[in-house]
Amino acid sequence: MKHLLLTAVAAIGLTMPAAAQDPIKIGAVLSATGPASFLGEPEKKTLEIYVDKINEAGGVLGRPLELIVYDSAGNANDARTFATRLVEDDEIVAMVGGSTTGTTMAMAPIFDDYEIPFISLAGAVVIIDPVQPYLFKTPHTDRMACEKIFEDIQQRGMSKVGLISGTGGFGKSMREQCLDVAGNYGIEIVADESYGPKDSDMTPQLTNIKNTDGLEVIVNPGFGQGPAIVTRNVKQLGIELPFYQSHGVASKSFIDLAGDAAEGVRLPASALLVADILPADDPQRDVVVSYKSTYEDATGEDVSTFGGHAYDGLMILVGAIERAGSDDPVAIRDAIEETSGFMGTAGVVNMSPDDHMGLDLTAFRMLEIRDGEWTLVE
Amino acid sequence: MVARFATPLVLLVLIVGVFFAVDSSFILRVAALVFIYGLAAIGLNILVGDCGQVSLGHAGFLGIGAYATAVLPAQTGLHPLLAMVVGVVAAGLLALLVGRPVLRLRGHALAVATLGLGILVAMVITNEAWLTGGPDGMRVERLTLFGWRVRGADNWYWITAGVLLLGALVACSIKASPTGRALRAVHDSEVAAMVAGIDVARYKTLAFVISAVYAGVAGGLLALYDGFVTPDVAGFLNSIELITMVVLGGMGSVLGAVVGATILTALPQLLTAFSEYEHMVLGLIMMVVMIVLRAGIVPSLLALVGRGGRA
Repeated sequence: MKHLLLTAVAAIGLTMPAAAQDPIKIGAVLSATGPASFLGEPEKKTLEIYVDKINEAGGVLGRPLELIVYDSAGNANDARTFATRLVEDDEIVAMVGGSTTGTTMAMAPIFDDYEIPFISLAGAVVIIDPVQPYLFKTPHTDRMACEKIFEDIQQRGMSKVGLISGTGGFGKSMREQCLDVAGNYGIEIVADESYGPKDSDMTPQLTNIKNTDGLEVIVNPGFGQGPAIVTRNVKQLGIELPFYQSHGVASKSFIDLAGDAAEGVRLPASALLVADILPADDPQRDVVVSYKSTYEDATGEDVSTFGGHAYDGLMILVGAIERAGSDDPVAIRDAIEETSGFMGTAGVVNMSPDDHMGLDLTAFRMLEIRDGEWTLVE
Repeated sequence: MVARFATPLVLLVLIVGVFFAVDSSFILRVAALVFIYGLAAIGLNILVGDCGQVSLGHAGFLGIGAYATAVLPAQTGLHPLLAMVVGVVAAGLLALLVGRPVLRLRGHALAVATLGLGILVAMVITNEAWLTGGPDGMRVERLTLFGWRVRGADNWYWITAGVLLLGALVACSIKASPTGRALRAVHDSEVAAMVAGIDVARYKTLAFVISAVYAGVAGGLLALYDGFVTPDVAGFLNSIELITMVVLGGMGSVLGAVVGATILTALPQLLTAFSEYEHMVLGLIMMVVMIVLRAGIVPSLLALVGRGGRA
């Protein structure tokens, strides 16, 4: 039956004009619904918007891109099934996506088996450390966020840090990375408290931290509404110390939730968040302003850094296909690994065989909240 | 005798038929997942369909089987198959430990206890990140048998199909045995069963342990097959899916459990084109089945054909 169909399709194909070339098929498995939809939804929209744009402009290598998106709803088992489907039935040549670390790690062995390049949009450092030949990623790691925060603390001449972290996946992973890199920046963790994802009051933990001898600064690795509550509690307890949040709260809703208490809070974030106030000579300005306006015009929604990761992934892939000059998955993989000087929403990407992310600390901007708006610290 | 072998035979024909009808390893993968979840559903059906007890945390046992298979080889270097056996035994023992006191009570005590148990297992798996990798999950050592690395959708198709057939055979044998009759007596009326000399608490516990062992095996297989486990496997939603498979396919029917597992596993794959409405369509199908085919798909259809509903 299948062969009959194929023959029929081939016959139709022969009679069609040469302009309608075979599409280059790329796949995506995203958490477009479910608990991680705040990641998957902007990623999906971004990919769709930009694939359309690329096709309107003539496609890649003169051929149109065909994007096949499946929704894993954040479930690793489903993601793996869809990944099998993408390589087996849809016969894609490259893959963008995997919104969460769990789904990415579940899918990675399939793309490794079939030798198809896979650019993940998830955060954790395990995706690229150790390096796997066919696995790449575009977002910053939580480890880099810690390094950026500690670098800033060091520059301000402080060293004694009190940590208060969420026990969700994000907070827990970032806490471990922070403890791991603290020594490199002469940072001493003098207090280490945690709170659950659904807690509505963190004053007991903050009181413990406040009463720690020699405390100079508080850092809050966390995600969702927890950090906003911590920020409010810090203000309520009258703690006047410098206070750092993570890139996990880098959205306007954090400022709205935390209100006045957010005043003076610092956090590392991608340039996309401050596209409007970047100086005119900033090398990243053109990319982030263009992405922000394209996304906001097309969807009518505020831009998020997560959609930006999808933009970076797609553009790195398109660049690689053009450099490879073919849609052979192995050639594309080699070309992705040679990506250098690519300017994305997350920063400059310089990949190598040892580094399948290619971002450095300059990709992060240190922001401070002033009068309810983001401002650049540097 | 006929009853004991009829269902496994039907399954065998279907399994062989599907294998030769498709040439896509994606479909074989979905089929293998159907077999794994079918196995768990057959086990749960012994508890729910035959014995009339509800477990709302059965994914917890799936999680124990899966994570034993993942954690033990990583920590102690145990062979994955042995680790799976340990996981299955652990699932059974935990069921015994929880079931014995709880099942002496009447009513929905087990439903409440298992609800808590399932959530507890999922929480432990999520929070003990040093052991289980936390919410991001962990890798499972690939299965090697006598130097042969088990891979490829067709090999896994036959492995999972074999285990499913074995599970179906055991379940049908239990149904045809005095134990099966005792379980159904407990389901119909606990008082009447007691009067007939049946130790009600003992048989309920037995059914619970058997169903936990089935779930443990299914969990272990899932881990070995996927090569990766996340806490989702033990999650509450997964427990609800398992119960839905049993009720949808037909309570007390071995074939029904497999049909239920097929619908819940394969349907989302057919509905990807409108993934936004997937849950709506699934819910609609369930409502229609519950209204039109009240006893579940397989028993209702069999009754319709006029053969009586004992498949």
